[in-house]
Amino acid sequence: MKTLAKIKFIVLAVLLFLAAPLFSQAEGLIADQSFKADNEILVTFTGPVDKAVAEDIGNYTVYEEPDPDIRLVVSSATLNEEGKRLSLIFTEPLNTATTHVISIKGLAGIEKTTFTVSKSYLGYLFGILISALLINNFVFTKYLGLCVFFGTSKKKDTAKGMGVVFTLVMVVSALMSWFFYNFILIPYDLNFLQIVVFIGLVSLTVQAVDTVLRKVNPILFNSFGVYLVLVIANCVIIAVPLILANNNYNIFETFMLALGAGGGFLLALYLMSSVSERMQLANIPPSFKGLPISFIVAGQFAMAFLGFSGLQLF
Amino acid sequence: MANDKSSMQLISRGILSENPIFKLALSMCPAVGISTTVMNGFMLGVAVLFVQVFSSITISLFKNLIHPRIRIPTYTLTIATWVTVIDLVLAAYMPEAYAKMGIFVKLIVAFAIITMRLEMFACKESVKDSFWDGLGMGLGFMVGMMAIGFVRELLGSGAILGYDVLGFKPLLFFILPSAGFFVVGLMMAFFNWIEIYYKRSRGLK
Repeated sequence: MKTLAKIKFIVLAVLLFLAAPLFSQAEGLIADQSFKADNEILVTFTGPVDKAVAEDIGNYTVYEEPDPDIRLVVSSATLNEEGKRLSLIFTEPLNTATTHVISIKGLAGIEKTTFTVSKSYLGYLFGILISALLINNFVFTKYLGLCVFFGTSKKKDTAKGMGVVFTLVMVVSALMSWFFYNFILIPYDLNFLQIVVFIGLVSLTVQAVDTVLRKVNPILFNSFGVYLVLVIANCVIIAVPLILANNNYNIFETFMLALGAGGGFLLALYLMSSVSERMQLANIPPSFKGLPISFIVAGQFAMAFLGFSGLQLF
Repeated sequence: MANDKSSMQLISRGILSENPIFKLALSMCPAVGISTTVMNGFMLGVAVLFVQVFSSITISLFKNLIHPRIRIPTYTLTIATWVTVIDLVLAAYMPEAYAKMGIFVKLIVAFAIITMRLEMFACKESVKDSFWDGLGMGLGFMVGMMAIGFVRELLGSGAILGYDVLGFKPLLFFILPSAGFFVVGLMMAFFNWIEIYYKRSRGLK
């Protein structure tokens, strides 16, 4: 119970830390900016601005964060009567997941005003979590970790234990991999050692979790210890560091990805084990007994998970 | 255990009686994930074959120097080294095929089949036998991948190796990602069925 309270506290602290960037938005002339519709950006100024300047489309340059060369075309700009709220309509729908940089020429006598529009960072992070958990579930839509998935999804208790151990190892090893990748592999140009370093870190984490768990909670160790060995030879766990290295994720994104991947694995194992327990009572044709029927069930789950592909919360 | 086995026996064991995909049910992830065409299966098969053979040889060469207590980390690092080699080679010389296989080339490092062969075979047997065993297992994996790829490509897009043979698409569904599970499951069931049928027809039980 005491450890549970501690964990809650840590989670709260992490959440506060994550929320910190929210409170430091742009100041000065621009009071607020946000995406409105698919192709609209709404800007609120701190005071009234010049209508002639603000409504001239030629004064705007807008692009998405990584590529300043690809300009987005503004089709109209309308200022409301107060002169405080500006609505920019674009010719094409915007990709609201990326950060947009907007510069306005000659506004309020300043030669160039530049500001960025993006969705709230917390929402974006949460999006990564949900994506790894449901939309890109590692088992059902990325087809990773199947050996362990089919091996340990016979009983609900086993499935839960396995999922928790996986999540734990995944988060720890992903964070360590992130540090190694950003502070050792990149600065010293050792990127070709990626695979060797990541697999080493994963093995190390598994060994560490094994030792710590044995000492701290022997009961838990007795029920989970068996799976720890299985964790090393599993693609889910090594896939997370590889993905974060590919996408240049920062530490928060890494944490969310690892958490989502682990949670997704837990979810998949639990769903599968619930079905497996029922299947033991069913009358299955002899040639389908064992693995073949598990594959068919997993295929149905995979199809069901396809339904999440359009999910967008933020 | 297998000192008297000939090279052919070792190879055929890997392909048939202990086929990594259909019999041992290891390394299922790529079998489901990227087996949409014969070519994909072949390319990943080649990569796995390479890693399996060279890791087997390496471990077999140094088997007397490796302390039993650190053998698993040693295997892992050996495999990781050879995977890095094939990963860089494929990325440099076959960028298109490499892009299709995506993350799975790097994930060879976590394939249970390779570690298992090192643990079960290469750490005990001679270099020559380990080579044949690795070759057999690698070929077995390649054949399995190509078989799944064959079924999916033929039924899904009516083609083999990109050439249109049927002229129509019997089951477009098979080319979709989630159908990988169904195809592998149905193929396994099919092989089981043959086995059961064969045993029955011989009066065995």
